Amino acid sequence: MSSVSCKDLSKTFTQGDEIIVGLDQVSINIEEGSFVCLSGPSGSGKTTLLNAIGGLDKPDGGEITIGEQRVDQMRKAELADMRLHNIGFVFQAYNLIPVLTALENVEFVMQVQGRAVAERRPAAMAILEEVGLKGMQDRLPSQLSGGQQQRVAVARAIVSKPTLVLADEPTANLDTKTSAQLMDLFVELNERRRVTFVIATHDPRIMAYCKRLIKMQDGKIVADDLQQPAIAAAG
Amino acid sequence: MNVTLRLAWRNLWRNRRRTWLTVGAMIFTNLLMIFLISLQLGSYDMMIENSLRAFTGHLQVQRLGYLEEPRLRESFNGAQALAEQLRSRLGVQNVAARAKGFALASSEDRSFGIQILGVEPDYEPRVSSLPGLVKTGSWFSSEAAEEIVLGAVVARNLKVGVGDEITLIGSGRDGSFAAALVTVVGLLESGIPDLDRLVAQMPLRTFQAVFSMPDQAHMLVVELGGLDQVAAALQQAQQLISERPELVALDWDVLQPGLKQAIQTDMASAWFMYAVLIILVSLSVMNTQLMSVLERTREFGTMLALGIRPGRLGRLVMLESLVMSGLGLAIGVCGGAILALYLSQAGFSYPGMEEMGAKFNLPGRIYPAFTLLALFWGPSVLFVGAMLATIYPALKLLRLQPVAAMRAV
Repeated sequence: MSSVSCKDLSKTFTQGDEIIVGLDQVSINIEEGSFVCLSGPSGSGKTTLLNAIGGLDKPDGGEITIGEQRVDQMRKAELADMRLHNIGFVFQAYNLIPVLTALENVEFVMQVQGRAVAERRPAAMAILEEVGLKGMQDRLPSQLSGGQQQRVAVARAIVSKPTLVLADEPTANLDTKTSAQLMDLFVELNERRRVTFVIATHDPRIMAYCKRLIKMQDGKIVADDLQQPAIAAAG
Repeated sequence: MNVTLRLAWRNLWRNRRRTWLTVGAMIFTNLLMIFLISLQLGSYDMMIENSLRAFTGHLQVQRLGYLEEPRLRESFNGAQALAEQLRSRLGVQNVAARAKGFALASSEDRSFGIQILGVEPDYEPRVSSLPGLVKTGSWFSSEAAEEIVLGAVVARNLKVGVGDEITLIGSGRDGSFAAALVTVVGLLESGIPDLDRLVAQMPLRTFQAVFSMPDQAHMLVVELGGLDQVAAALQQAQQLISERPELVALDWDVLQPGLKQAIQTDMASAWFMYAVLIILVSLSVMNTQLMSVLERTREFGTMLALGIRPGRLGRLVMLESLVMSGLGLAIGVCGGAILALYLSQAGFSYPGMEEMGAKFNLPGRIYPAFTLLALFWGPSVLFVGAMLATIYPALKLLRLQPVAAMRAV
């Protein structure tokens, strides 16, 4: 349930009279435990590909397989269940639920999964500690800084132990230091838990953390290179 | 606490003013409906009681067929003895025998055809409010007095007053000539011209002598403590007359079918008004929820992305409405119950109502009915209306696409 395979993915959008190509016959395979960056300028198709892999958006054509499951053939409810149990999302704008505290935001997914409080509470507390937010569990998102909110979002994404984390410009709203701390966290989680990360970014400093760099342009993959991460995880 | 319930509760208080405005509208509407419905039911009770006390009583015993064809010869024997038995059986004194006939009434100057009721002077005031409307003169001096009480308009038409004599000429029950000379002892003013033009009462015994129907009457009128006692009393009366197949016991519903129809017509127009009120408040709930859903589109998109099924989001919005409507229902019904309970004890009066009541021998205050129907009918329908109004915003969530929703501003 961890490797991702995309074959001949295509997606177009209509904007007024103009047809915009989001994905143009994109095919990739992402192995379990990978740490992949999708790079490219705005409108290159990074987010569209992430959304398609995560089942947030239906491609017009092509196949997406995660593990043994064909994502492109799933119904709405099946997609929701797959996301709930197997995929963690980190968004550019954090997207925390404003009426829930940091702890409740982290617990949210597990609570929806139906896990008992005795199971989810210690797990959520532990992950908050792991992302450096010990003692801040009762704060609402509005009482946290951008970096802290993104850490909560990361904690929410990984607390239920998904096999795949999809992160869309996760550091776009963070300063350099916080960005580095977050990426260190991603690398550590990837190495320690074997979580597969697919990160969409156009920030070269973030790309430097990746073991594989896929470059996109105009909805196509123009380069796909393995690389030695220039920056290793802290500690 | 369940995560959906927790979210629903906290979401409601994100915009306190808007939530309280909507809940406040529901509380006000519930209070208003409870007050109006309890007042309405109370006034129906009063209207029925007043009407029954003026005319038919709660139930009557008559000869079978008299109701359809109220003719003089449709009388029955042993009326006063049967009235006594009925008093004993029901354990109440409010049973009076009546007879009804027609005669030509002549004064020195004029003659008019009038309807005459023969009544038991001692018992009639117990079953009817009309004796209390004798504003000039007095009630009968004895059970067999050759006296008559006239409606004020009848007396004016005949140009007679208290102390004057009038001659009555008509036909007796057996077809004989009926004639009497009676003294006007009282003038009855109900304030209702049609009634004052119609009413003429004389003691039953005198009536029986004039119209050749000794020991006979056309009806036994029973006045009870309230409408809730009618069914049991009717059963008792039916048992009492079970060996007299020519007699029948009828309740007020049969005796005055127009009364119920008038109430139903009034109810229909009132329900229409309540329906408009409920629709308006339900639309306000729909507006609140729709606004709330639109404002949170990004948030709902995030939840969908995290793996929440769209149906669960719909349930969340329905739950928010349930909590909001529940608050409106609970506070509205509690407030309404206190108001209705107080008014049902203290009574409610329009300006001038007490003076009118005193003039027409009617209660000067309305006592709103403190019933479960008055308390819960309106608020329950409003509750359902508010929930139905939330279906549209909830359905919008079912069509939400995560990516498009997260892009929403």
